[in-house]
Amino acid sequence: MTAAPLAFTTDRLGWEPWVEPLAEAELTEAHREALVDRARAASPYFRLLARDPAVLHARTKTDLDVFHNADGGLPRAERELAATATSRRNGCVFCASVHARFAEHYGKRPDDVRRLLDEGVGAPQDQLWRAIVDASVALAATPPALTGDHLEALRAAGLDDLAISDALHAAAFFNWANRLMLSLGEPTAPETPAGKE
Amino acid sequence: MSTDIIDRLAGIDPGSPLDRLRRRRPDAREHAQRGYLALFPQATGSDPGGGGAGEVSLVERYAVAAFVAGLHRDPESARHYDDLLAAHAPDLAAVVSAEVKAAATTGPYGIYPEGPLAGESVPGPVHRVGDRAALGDRLAAALEHAHLLVFRPREADPEALRALARAGWSTTGVVTLSQLVSFLTFQIRVVAGLRLLRTAQKGPRP
Repeated sequence: MTAAPLAFTTDRLGWEPWVEPLAEAELTEAHREALVDRARAASPYFRLLARDPAVLHARTKTDLDVFHNADGGLPRAERELAATATSRRNGCVFCASVHARFAEHYGKRPDDVRRLLDEGVGAPQDQLWRAIVDASVALAATPPALTGDHLEALRAAGLDDLAISDALHAAAFFNWANRLMLSLGEPTAPETPAGKE
Repeated sequence: MSTDIIDRLAGIDPGSPLDRLRRRRPDAREHAQRGYLALFPQATGSDPGGGGAGEVSLVERYAVAAFVAGLHRDPESARHYDDLLAAHAPDLAAVVSAEVKAAATTGPYGIYPEGPLAGESVPGPVHRVGDRAALGDRLAAALEHAHLLVFRPREADPEALRALARAGWSTTGVVTLSQLVSFLTFQIRVVAGLRLLRTAQKGPRP
């Protein structure tokens, strides 16, 4: 295993826990239900969170609806942008790598994603992405610094209230996810060269 | 009044536009509530059904929550968790309130490792509790860890988890504590965002 990555990247990183996850053999049926997607039993991150299965289950079901519910609202690419901008602001290299790849995949705007990772949340973006990045950054502040001006900028970029709510939920959710990934373990560099999916 | 905690803290009434909006994302609404019930079982009479239930006492959960909500300075959320703590451990409520006052700052900040991100490092305060005797070792360590997670998560490291272990936190207890703090950073932001959306719903402000 190679050293932890030092910069934001879209490479496929690994993640190693600092404390002991449950072993796959220890997982009960209740643990596996808490994983929601049973393939996640292979992930040390999810096997660590499985130590408190009720909270893991709530976390995962919330995550899936915030990002995958396609009944109107914000397109997936922009939900992933909010996740990426939040992760960039909070400093979660691992979370940003995963959701930058999703933002690239769904948004087909790799240069804009790359600029967000390389230059940070202040890097130039078009009107919609500017409004989403700014709202995500304001919401990441403690205390939260979101104001009516951020909502007006989102509306001016063409979003209705459901889409705005989606953006705020995606950003808020990554305040939860960033803190778990940052504090329970660390990213590891990919073992295969970047770009090989 | 809604029994949903986010609705209550954000001032969302049943049948209102924001209530209808939240119900377009039914799983997110339901499971944000279930996460709250799992982390704060006594507040709701729910069965946590989790491995962390026995590892972290209810008073510890309320104390950490009151501290985290206080740091976010959202009056409704802070009052809610303050009241829960005061109802179960009135002496501790004053101690935690004093810690909030001493620990309040603005984040996120923190130092990045040597390398390409070092230029983005923003140094800032590391909170050490003032009244360790009143809090006890476990809770003192938990509040210091909560401050790390809330304000400078990029500085988290294995030593922070070893400090919790030295104060008596099991690995499962660490997972529950980390979830509790991190979940609240989500819940409080959803509340703040939805409340703003509710009050700013009629288009441009005057």
